[in-house]
Amino acid sequence: MAHAHTHLPPPRAEQLDSEAAKTVSKRGAPAPAPRRARTWRLLTPWLFLLAPLVLLVTFTYAPIANMVAYSFTDWDGVSPELHYTGAENYTEIFTREDLFQVFWVSGYYLVASVIQIVAALYFATILSFSIRFRNFFKGVLFFPSLVNGVAIGFVFLYFFQDGGTFDTVLGLFGYHTDHAWLGTPASANTSLAGVSIWRYLGMNFVLFLGAIQSIPGELYEAAELDGAGRWHQFRYIILPGIKPVLTLTVILSVSGSLSAFEIPYIMTGGATGTETFVIQTVKLAFQFNKTGLASAAAVVLLLIILLVTWVQRRLVPDDRVDLV
Amino acid sequence: MTRRAVARALVYLSLIAATLVVLLPLGVVVLTSLKTENETANGSGALTLPRDPLNFHNYVTAFQDGGMLTAFGNTAFILVVSVGGTVLIGSMTAYAIDRFTFRFRKLVIALFLIAALVPGVTTQVATFQIVHSLGMFDTRWAPIALYMGTDIVSIYIFLQFVRSIPISLDEAARLDGANAFTIYRKIIFPLLKPAIATVVIVKGIAVYNDFYIPFLYMPSQDLGVISTSLFRFKGPYAAHWETISAGAVLVILPTLIVFLALQKYIYNGFMRGATR
Repeated sequence: MAHAHTHLPPPRAEQLDSEAAKTVSKRGAPAPAPRRARTWRLLTPWLFLLAPLVLLVTFTYAPIANMVAYSFTDWDGVSPELHYTGAENYTEIFTREDLFQVFWVSGYYLVASVIQIVAALYFATILSFSIRFRNFFKGVLFFPSLVNGVAIGFVFLYFFQDGGTFDTVLGLFGYHTDHAWLGTPASANTSLAGVSIWRYLGMNFVLFLGAIQSIPGELYEAAELDGAGRWHQFRYIILPGIKPVLTLTVILSVSGSLSAFEIPYIMTGGATGTETFVIQTVKLAFQFNKTGLASAAAVVLLLIILLVTWVQRRLVPDDRVDLV
Repeated sequence: MTRRAVARALVYLSLIAATLVVLLPLGVVVLTSLKTENETANGSGALTLPRDPLNFHNYVTAFQDGGMLTAFGNTAFILVVSVGGTVLIGSMTAYAIDRFTFRFRKLVIALFLIAALVPGVTTQVATFQIVHSLGMFDTRWAPIALYMGTDIVSIYIFLQFVRSIPISLDEAARLDGANAFTIYRKIIFPLLKPAIATVVIVKGIAVYNDFYIPFLYMPSQDLGVISTSLFRFKGPYAAHWETISAGAVLVILPTLIVFLALQKYIYNGFMRGATR
């Protein structure tokens, strides 16, 4: 930090005048209390933090605390009555097969995010070299991540519809089918996971591209002089250079796969075995009034995500996470 | 040399394939939105061109019967208030944390850091009860409060910027008799312009596109934002793909215009917002 007293301009005459005027007026006031000035100074940061902290506690910490408390009860979310039920809700989540199966659905989204990251990495790499129409391709790949989720849901409902875009395109290649893409669990989940790749690939791609472009260009030139091909440049320059962004993307993808909601909810509403963890929790809480059970489910999801983040931070220590 | 040429051709081929995959579903929806009810129903296929490419009838239906006008109004109101609030809250927090030493400073920082790890979707079950008890349920204040109160990323962006503003500026102002609020308002805030631009873009797009929070907290028809109003098309227009398509295009169009106009800032904004 630059405590650059030496850079201060010398106080100008009128400033000195106003300073003097202040002292005079202060002297005129009854006994300036130094203690009040000190309290005021101690209070200042808290005045700035008042609104942010109130919001943080009200909308993040209070809900977490309440949620943990609800998770040990049978509360329905409305009645004034609730009973302590111990760990019953948690046992229910892990033993009732219909509740537990949402974890298998997450598997589709996890696989999708692997494909998504690899594809994003590929496109970011090739578009970081000189390519014709580079900006056009960059814009096209990125644009879906800005588009409203409900609109995407509808676009792809039409895409996978009977006789919709997908069937028509397959027909052009001579492949005629009356397969209902959203009709069976495996096919529906694969389709939905595909939509989520379409939607989120661009964001990963742009992050990778930014990281690759911040690698100094001389490194490539030096590597080229040493006779390194594109693959070696990727392996030994690009990959290590974007490691922090790559790790962050991996955590975000894992927690994103576990908490997938919008695309499946909008497109199928969780029907035909496409219910995800969050859809199930929302239904439990707001349709079936099982606040207690829903809270337990949410606590489980929160713990899994925190665990993933923690494991990931242990495996790849990232020295840039210091906020102070 | 030929191997290199083949590799180059494959690279372009993959890019063209990706472009098709991205643009085809969107393009078909634009085509469908211009067709008449008969054209979509007669099974002529998704890729046929509309008979009258200037048939905007479906857009009128979507706009009037689908309540898209109210929706754009509600979205605009929520967007302006919550993005403005986020900028104020984020910059104030960053200023307090970076420029003051006070008791429990470490604790405050830890509170914000840990909150960043908690995904909002997981806690809504209990947040709902709090929003309800504050009387904000089914009002526009519920999403506004939630968008403002739970955005740690923007605090982080502001913090990085505040840190890069030399303290000597604060000290000079203090010698001129400025108090902490004047310093924040007259020195720190104006210098935060690039960070404000980033937060406005990232937050603005997130709010415009959000579905989950308005869906949970504003069930009333007249409180629909663009996401929830478009979602309601699913019921009455279930088989009317031409109307649904028009609605989707109406929602996507503003995004496309903003993207084309502010491309550079948007790329920078997201890179800064996500690499925190």
